[in-house]
Amino acid sequence: MTNDALAQVAVTRETPVRSRPGTVARKVWQLGLHAGLRALPWLIVLLLWYLLPATGLVNSALVPTPWQVLVKFYEQLTTNRLWLDMYMSLQRVTLGLACGIILAVPIGFLLGWYRPARMLFDPLVNFFRSLPPIALIPLVIVYFGIDELAKVVMLFYAAFFSGVIVMYEGIVQTNPLFIRVARTLGATDEEIFRRIIVPLALPHVLTALRVALGVSWATLVASELIAAQRGLGAVIQNASNYFQIDTIYAGIICIGLLALLMDRCLRVIAARLLQWQERIVP
Amino acid sequence: MTASPRLVLDTVCKQFEGPSGVLPVVSDVSLTVGEGEFISIIGPSGCGKTTILNMIAGLQRPTSGTLLVDGRPIAGPGADRGVIFQDYGVFPWLTVKDNIAFGLTLRANRIAKSDREQIANRYIELMGLTGFENAYPKTLSGGMKQRVALARAYAIKSSILLMDEPFGALDAQARSAMQNLLLEVLRSEGKTVVLVTHSVEEALYLSTRIVVVTARPARIRTIVDVPFEHPRHEELHRSQRFGELQYELREVVMREYAMQARLRGEDVRASGSPITHREERRA
Repeated sequence: MTNDALAQVAVTRETPVRSRPGTVARKVWQLGLHAGLRALPWLIVLLLWYLLPATGLVNSALVPTPWQVLVKFYEQLTTNRLWLDMYMSLQRVTLGLACGIILAVPIGFLLGWYRPARMLFDPLVNFFRSLPPIALIPLVIVYFGIDELAKVVMLFYAAFFSGVIVMYEGIVQTNPLFIRVARTLGATDEEIFRRIIVPLALPHVLTALRVALGVSWATLVASELIAAQRGLGAVIQNASNYFQIDTIYAGIICIGLLALLMDRCLRVIAARLLQWQERIVP
Repeated sequence: MTASPRLVLDTVCKQFEGPSGVLPVVSDVSLTVGEGEFISIIGPSGCGKTTILNMIAGLQRPTSGTLLVDGRPIAGPGADRGVIFQDYGVFPWLTVKDNIAFGLTLRANRIAKSDREQIANRYIELMGLTGFENAYPKTLSGGMKQRVALARAYAIKSSILLMDEPFGALDAQARSAMQNLLLEVLRSEGKTVVLVTHSVEEALYLSTRIVVVTARPARIRTIVDVPFEHPRHEELHRSQRFGELQYELREVVMREYAMQARLRGEDVRASGSPITHREERRA
C-alpha cells in the first residue's frame, strides 16, 4: 500500500511538465517573434535618435545621425585601423580583468569565510573600493609610467575591488546546512572544501566576473587617457580634441557593443555551469 | 533488544552563552537506546529537542555529561549516524542520483563505482524517484527532496538514523506516505532511529518509545512505552487504543506548551525549569 500511495503521489503531483511538441511553422513563428522582441528596444533607440534633431531640443549639428555614425565607423575601420584600437582595448580589459579576478576570488573568499579577516580588512576594502580609479591616474603615472602596464594596473584595480566585494558578500551567505550534511555523511575538511564550498562559490565567482567586467570597461577610457596611442578611449579622446562628434559616437558605441558581447559570453557560460540554479529568468 | 545499548546519553547538559548570560538549553538528559529501537523525542518547539539530536550527531558538544555510540564517546559527526535535517539539505548543484551517491564517493565510505551505481539505483527505485535520476533538485517537490535526503542517508548504510522533524514541511498525504515508507525501509534494513517531532500522532505511529521533554531547558518529563506490535499499518490510527494514547500524550505535551508560553511571558529564568513531576522517569 505504501508503494501505491507513493505512486499516486508521483502521478498526481510530480509528473515533469514537458512542453508540447509544436509544428515547425509554429516554431519558426516563435523564433521570429523572439528575435523581433530582442531587436525592438534597439529599433526604438534608433528611431528616437533619428527623431531627436527634429524636435528642435538639440542642435542638429551636434547630433550626427545613425547613418553618419555608421559611415564614420566604416571609415575608421578601413582607413584608421579602428580594429587595432578595439583589439588594444579588448586586450587591456581582458588582462586587467583576469589579473583582478584571479586575486579577487581567493581574497574575497578568505574575507567571507573568516570572520576575523573580515573585521580586519573590511574597512580597508571599502575605502579603496570607493576611490574612483580616475582619481588615481596621477599616482599611477608617477609609479607605473605611461606604458601598457599603467593601463593594466588601473583596470586591475577596478576589477579587483569590484570583484572582491561581490565574492565576499556571496560567501558570507553560504548556507551552513550543506556543510553540516556533508559532515554527517563523513566528509573531511578537504572534501567539504572541494565538493561543497567550491560549487557553492562558483555562482559568486561568475557574478564577480560580470560586475568586474562592467567596471573594467567603464575604467578603460580613464586608463587610456594616460597618453594612450591606441585604444577606444584614445579614439574618443583624439576625436574630442578635433571636435569629431561622429567619431566620438562611433567609439562609444564600439565600447558598448564589445562590453555587451563579452557579458553575453559570460552569461552563456554561467547558464551552462549553473544549470542547477533556481532562477526567475530561465 | 540486545544487552549492549547502541546509544547512551548520561546526564547531558548544554548551555549557550548569550548576551544576557548563560542560557541552559538541555538539562540532565539521560537515555539509553537499544539496537533496533525507534525513539521519538517530543516537546514544545524551541525547547532544545534539536540540540539533543545535534549532540548525538556530533555537530554540537555537550557542556557536561557524556554521549556514547556503541560504548565509544562521540567525538564528531560520522557516517555511522545518518542525519535527516528538517530542511532536507539536498545539494542543489547535484542531480538526484549524484545526491544519493554523494556519501559513497567520500573517502570515509568509498566503494567501487559499479556498487555505487547499484546502491543509488536501488534507492531511486525504492523511493519512487525513477525518471528523476538526472533531475536537479529545483524541479522536485518537497516530498521528493525529502526522499532524496532519506536515500542519501540510507545509502551510506548508517545503522543509526537521526531525524529532525523530517516530515514537518510536507502535506498530510505526503507525510503519511513517507511515514509508511520509513517503516518499510526499517523493516528490511533494521536501523536504530531517534526522531525529533512535534506530532504526537507521528511519534505514536512510528516509535517503540516516546520521550516527552519539557519546555526550555529540555529535560525528560516522561518516557512512554508504545505497546503496538510491529509491523504497523495505516489501520493502527483507527484503533481505540491508539486514540486513547494519543489523547493522553497530547495532554502531557500541551501542558509543556502552556508552561513554555508562561516562561516566555514571564522573562525566561536562567536558573532552569521550575517543574518537578512525580511521574518523572529515567531510562
